[in-house]
Amino acid sequence: MDSTIEIMMILLVLSDMALLGLSRLRTCISIVSFQGMLLGLLALVTQFGSLTLRLMMIAAASFIIKGFVFPFLLRRGIREAGAQHEVEPFVGYSLSVIAGLVMLGVSLWLGARLPLFVAAGSGTSLIVPAALTTLFTGLFLIIARKNALNQCLGYIIMENGIYTFGIYSVVEIPVLVELGILLDVFVAVFVMGIAIYHINREFDHLDSDRLNVLKG
Amino acid sequence: MQITSLLNVFLGLLLAPLLLGFINKTKASFAGRTGPPLLQAYYDIIKQLQKGAVYSRTTSWIFRAGPVVGLSAVMVALTIVPLGGIAAPLAFSGDLLLLAYILGTMRFFTVIAALDTGSSFEGMGASREVLYSALAEPAFLVGLAAIARETGILSLSQMLPAVRFFSPEVVLVAVALLVVFLCENARIPFDDPETHLELTMIHEVMVLDHSGPDFALILYGSALKLWVLGSVIVGLVFPSDANSSWLVNVFIAVCGLVLLSIVVGIVESSMARLRLLRIPQLLVAAGSLSAFAFILVLR
Repeated sequence: MDSTIEIMMILLVLSDMALLGLSRLRTCISIVSFQGMLLGLLALVTQFGSLTLRLMMIAAASFIIKGFVFPFLLRRGIREAGAQHEVEPFVGYSLSVIAGLVMLGVSLWLGARLPLFVAAGSGTSLIVPAALTTLFTGLFLIIARKNALNQCLGYIIMENGIYTFGIYSVVEIPVLVELGILLDVFVAVFVMGIAIYHINREFDHLDSDRLNVLKG
Repeated sequence: MQITSLLNVFLGLLLAPLLLGFINKTKASFAGRTGPPLLQAYYDIIKQLQKGAVYSRTTSWIFRAGPVVGLSAVMVALTIVPLGGIAAPLAFSGDLLLLAYILGTMRFFTVIAALDTGSSFEGMGASREVLYSALAEPAFLVGLAAIARETGILSLSQMLPAVRFFSPEVVLVAVALLVVFLCENARIPFDDPETHLELTMIHEVMVLDHSGPDFALILYGSALKLWVLGSVIVGLVFPSDANSSWLVNVFIAVCGLVLLSIVVGIVESSMARLRLLRIPQLLVAAGSLSAFAFILVLR
């Protein structure tokens, strides 16, 4: 079971690297969708011995919402916003990947020093570093990309990181909390979709950087 | 030194051009053509050897030294790469660094021979070759460093048989090395060996002025380079079984090399050549795979 989790975590980190290095918006959305499905499965794999209906519901909700609903909403966002397929970086792709490696290193260093996990005897497990890397990647994408849709993606990726962290550190998350978080993210993506639509209609582009011009 | 390790070197010298034949056959079958015969590379080399060479009056001895030094360098590389679990004749601790830099020597002499002609086309090819190899080298070295760290051995001949393939680190390194393999051997998606437009070529454009026996040496040298780097990947992916005999292991390794050339043929048939601006990105991605594997084994 441990090696399965390990491989899933490596896939998670690899998908982070791909998100940092790829330029096509549609490919990025597919990768985020893949991440969502991976994390849905992760909830089942980590608690494989004691599967409950509740856990399966959370896993299924996360699998469907992150794997299918978000990509659908985001793709619709692209379609409505017109033909903007590149993600328009502030930081170049190669540099982003290198930054991703640095974030991975920092996460490994941090993961080995968090007292909670070191005490639990899991100082060498990849879960905490992978969760932190995903979190940092999401933050990095929000900062380093101009396109408003890509910032929305960064937000989802960040939530993926938090979700991974939560699954691992708090085994029995109350179902209400978990579903509440999912609902929050869902609404956020929805609202961002509307905001993106309006930005696009008002300014004919999704370049959030140029919103600075509006400052009085 | 075992006699079998010398036999491995002879096998490489004999069979290397055959890999090019397999690549071209795969590409031809994808395109629905009959394609050139499997032994075409041998015919080409023999034909070129029978011709005379033409030297421009603006070139110096460097231009003539290029192909000779290139071929000798890759022959030395052949003697430090193991095949089928048998230690190479010149194996020693730390030979993976020598492998990287002996291939670097080969490239250096190809590049200065190209610059020696004073042709602007060849200068452009040389510039690209140097740029891409500068990016491919970290991916190659860091990948091998990850394997060395995992097995605790610094010699290719002992390191490759000691590897277990189905650990995530080794898979990552194998993918990174495959990208480096395609780049170093000037295959699609980095360089198109078929095209004869000077503006898009990298390796081919550097050897435009070489003719006759010199060109035969270059053809043979690049076939050997394919064999040498291929043996490293095959050594990782099909580790030899210590219980079976030399013959079985070597047979499996050679089959692995043929399989690798078929994979290269499939990649070449299904992908287009990347834009020049994109190539560094792909190489950085390969480097980051290697670095990721290295971080994983360090932990």
